[in-house]
Amino acid sequence: MSTTTSDMVTLLLGVGGILLFASSVGYVLQRKLSPDGSNGAIENLNARIKAWWAMVFLIAIAFIAGRVGVLLLFAFCSFAALREFITLINTRRADHWAIAAAFFLALPINYYLLWAEEYGIYAIFIPVYAFLLMPIIAVLRGDTQNFLLRISEVQWALMICVFCASHVPALLTLQIPGYEGRNVLLIAFLVIVVQSSDVLQYVWGKLFGRTKIAPKLSPSKTVEGFVGGVASATLLGTSLWWITPFTPLQAGVMSLIITLMGFFGGLVMSAIKRDRGVKDWGHLIEGHGGLIDRLDSVVFSAPIFFHLTRYWWSLT
Amino acid sequence: MIRDLLAKLASVAIMMFARALTAARALWHESGLPPRQSVYFANHSSHGDFILIWAVLPPWLRQRARPVAGAEYWLKSKLTSFIGRDVFNAVLIERDPAARTSDPVEQMASALDEGASLIVFPEGTRNQTEAKLLPFKSGLYHLARKRPDVALVPVWINNLNRVMPKGEFVPIPLICTINFGEPLKVEPDESKEDFIARAQAALLSLAPAQTDNDA
Repeated sequence: MSTTTSDMVTLLLGVGGILLFASSVGYVLQRKLSPDGSNGAIENLNARIKAWWAMVFLIAIAFIAGRVGVLLLFAFCSFAALREFITLINTRRADHWAIAAAFFLALPINYYLLWAEEYGIYAIFIPVYAFLLMPIIAVLRGDTQNFLLRISEVQWALMICVFCASHVPALLTLQIPGYEGRNVLLIAFLVIVVQSSDVLQYVWGKLFGRTKIAPKLSPSKTVEGFVGGVASATLLGTSLWWITPFTPLQAGVMSLIITLMGFFGGLVMSAIKRDRGVKDWGHLIEGHGGLIDRLDSVVFSAPIFFHLTRYWWSLT
Repeated sequence: MIRDLLAKLASVAIMMFARALTAARALWHESGLPPRQSVYFANHSSHGDFILIWAVLPPWLRQRARPVAGAEYWLKSKLTSFIGRDVFNAVLIERDPAARTSDPVEQMASALDEGASLIVFPEGTRNQTEAKLLPFKSGLYHLARKRPDVALVPVWINNLNRVMPKGEFVPIPLICTINFGEPLKVEPDESKEDFIARAQAALLSLAPAQTDNDA
């Protein structure tokens, strides 16, 4: 067994152990406090834990399937996220072709370029080509009402749901000396740090949360949850330095940046939800809401993590 | 035999496609699932409307649900008639009174007598206007009078008009919700106008608050 595979197995066992623990706690809480399923918070907690099992299972399958598996998984995530996003924005009939192009051209081409490892084109395809071509497609229909608003929203949707989200699998294209063949562990590192930060903020907030941190944006987020979650997720990330090309100190700094970007990304996406008057982006994941509700922090941290790693560690 | 098999396959394929595209989700009324035999009446903005209702119904309700559709449209070509007749077992009615050989209300009533549920669009045609709902035709009232015991279930289909607006042939993926309301029946002494107004109001009450999506 290669070291990459054995490290992956160790990680999965660790995550599985934590989920087993979470499931047992959830079970005990449910028996004690909500035997008839009447305690909403506990039912939601258990729905979330169940969904976590499914998500970890899916990610594990994608990792086993290799590069194509990871690309397909994130292409699907982008598709579902883009669908949630476009559902909530201002569109008019004149945007039909531009939106169809976003789904059926921009999204597949973006992931194809990653598969083909055409980094140079990938990095500008949505920010430059799609950015210029989509408003052209829209303007040909001659409808000027809310035009700037409409084209901005579609471009923003593409940037967030496709371009930024695809920086997770883009980690596979980095060439880091001494780290060959282990890039999939960088994805594991990013996903574990971001998601554990979300979960730990939730746990710290539930246990010790007193002071609301952004009452207008997200009433459930507290200062205590933020500080405790970020600190403990950063510690967790530091302790995972052995799966990365980083030293423990570097892994810690990276984790801190990832968790902060994730936190603020969550706030940005919440502000959009509030503006649109919805509580969740969708209903894809039981207990969690939509896919974007789970992905928001990853989307904001992935490109920064990718570029920091690329700038300082990668040859490409 | 082969035709039946093809129809079965096509129905599964169409349902999977509709679900993959729209992540269609039913919101049931608080009183629970609709009665086994119902007349679902819905807003109409797209050819996909009845497919979406049909796709979100649980299997035991779906099996008996038959869309009521315009014969002149569905009998236009071999493909549409295969889809209309074999796949969805539609009750095909003649919308143009001059071309009628049988009474549409009579056709619907006899389908109900055979145990079917019906999916109808009382606006009569696809709504292409800015208005949320076009005024209902009177067919729903006459059907309700003929078979007063069958529950009439209002169903609001949200967003499908944005998935595939008229004149477009590439659908775009958007999340659609299908909102089922409280079943209603015609009162013994209710006038046609009163009943139609009540049915329209019941359907409209299921529509989400006006957003600036169509501003």
